[in-house]
Amino acid sequence: MHPAFPRPAPGPDDAPFWEWCRRHELRLQRCDDCGTFRFHPRPRCPECRSAAATWTRVAGTGTVASYTVVHPPVLPAFADRVPYNAVVVELDEGPFMVSNLVDVDNADLATGLPVEVTFVDLDDTLTLPQFRVVTA
Amino acid sequence: MSRADRRDPVAGRAAVAGIGQTTYAKNLGRTELDLACEAVIHACADAGYAVTDVDGIVSYHIEQVEERELAAALGLRNCSFMARTTSGGGGAASVVGLAAMAVASGQAESVVAFRARNRSKAASYGADPNQGGRPWEKVGAGVSDLRQWHNPYGVAAPVHEMALIARRHMARFGTTEEQFGMQAVAQRFHASRNPAAIMRDAITLDDWRAARPIAEPIRLVDCSLENDGATAILVTTPERARDLRQPVVTVLAQAMGVGPIHVALADYFRTSSSWDERDHAGRHIARQLFDRSGLTPADVDVAMIFDHFTMAVPLSLEQYGFCGLGEGGPMIGSGATRWPDGALPVNTHGGSNGEAFIHGVNHIPEAVRQLRGTSTCQVAGAEVALVTGAITDPSGAVLLGRA
Repeated sequence: MHPAFPRPAPGPDDAPFWEWCRRHELRLQRCDDCGTFRFHPRPRCPECRSAAATWTRVAGTGTVASYTVVHPPVLPAFADRVPYNAVVVELDEGPFMVSNLVDVDNADLATGLPVEVTFVDLDDTLTLPQFRVVTA
Repeated sequence: MSRADRRDPVAGRAAVAGIGQTTYAKNLGRTELDLACEAVIHACADAGYAVTDVDGIVSYHIEQVEERELAAALGLRNCSFMARTTSGGGGAASVVGLAAMAVASGQAESVVAFRARNRSKAASYGADPNQGGRPWEKVGAGVSDLRQWHNPYGVAAPVHEMALIARRHMARFGTTEEQFGMQAVAQRFHASRNPAAIMRDAITLDDWRAARPIAEPIRLVDCSLENDGATAILVTTPERARDLRQPVVTVLAQAMGVGPIHVALADYFRTSSSWDERDHAGRHIARQLFDRSGLTPADVDVAMIFDHFTMAVPLSLEQYGFCGLGEGGPMIGSGATRWPDGALPVNTHGGSNGEAFIHGVNHIPEAVRQLRGTSTCQVAGAEVALVTGAITDPSGAVLLGRA
């Protein structure tokens, strides 16, 4: 991994997300009181203000809500991969998540594409949840 | 319109008396403090007001010039009010909103609002992201805040986030890249008439098509410039302003609001009981602005809209009620935002891709020039001007009027 890769340095609300990714499980906070999933992590449910939540496994499937193809200038850690894609995935449980699509030709990017999560181990301590297109 | 119906204690009780700016350029080689001082001195000279009589300072959220530095350099001895706006570009118009609140409530009589920037690539002078240069390039190896949900995927600069917002708008509403391009072309035409603009050459839609992509669908000429410079505005009471040198420009209303932001795209696209894509911060701000001023969007003659990227203009037109949701692209496509024939000329100084990027604060003097009748793209008889902060931040806006 590039020495200047922008590694997450999570705070207490965020750390479980990345720890579950290390174990190749996509888990989000789910409110214990009203059942709403939320992401990015935060200490309260924005629907009911409850502080009680459980990190709950989600299916890891969704659709592409938006996408871009990024050209220079970029961070040094990404210089060797331009142009690269970035996407916003709408998970089937509701929350949205920024990520990348892997194993895709950028010319084939489109909103509405069905995708599923794939876990990419960058090193021994960091795993990124990325997505691939689901083929029927 | 019913400007006399002043239910809001700020509406009509503060005025812009002076505007000042430095040269805007790619690399001025001067400190931000020096630039800020020059802009404030120019704003006071424009008004015919003694710098030493200034008794309030409003700064931009991420301003690097501290209040004590400015006061010490300019010899301000009776400063009785200081405040800062919220959230980067979201506070671009609210520097005047805060100053107006201070003046209207009697906390101060004459407040300077300012922004100074060294943001050309050569101007970086420290490790802090806001000490010149490109802030997004100064990301460390450990990302602890909201950026941890974007940066590891290569979504690092605001342009990457705005590209994802733009594409979503295209997918939902049929907005086209060319409609963003038409705003870029309109603003560069406006800039070609403005001697203070950095970009003096107009461009065509073909030039826009040929510009290199930065983050698709956003092209280079859709982006705000990377430049140095400072802008300042002197706000005082309407009574005091009438005794000064310039035609009086009144603050008709100010408002702020918070909604989903571009550095938290997971929330930006989320639909919840709190908000959805029909109800971002701009909608809330607009409702307050028009309630407080007794005006409607149809009363606005010219608009200065925060345009870190041109795609922010159609989104703002929708949120502020100049058209329906999803109609911002076609509104631009119709030529409505281009001077002189458009019904609502937008960013008549050339905006952030034409005049300069002083983080949107340079939009305020242009609104004032329009109301004084001195713009280089003058809207005939302009009486009401809107200035907005970034649509994708906690934000604010002001309505200014010819007295």
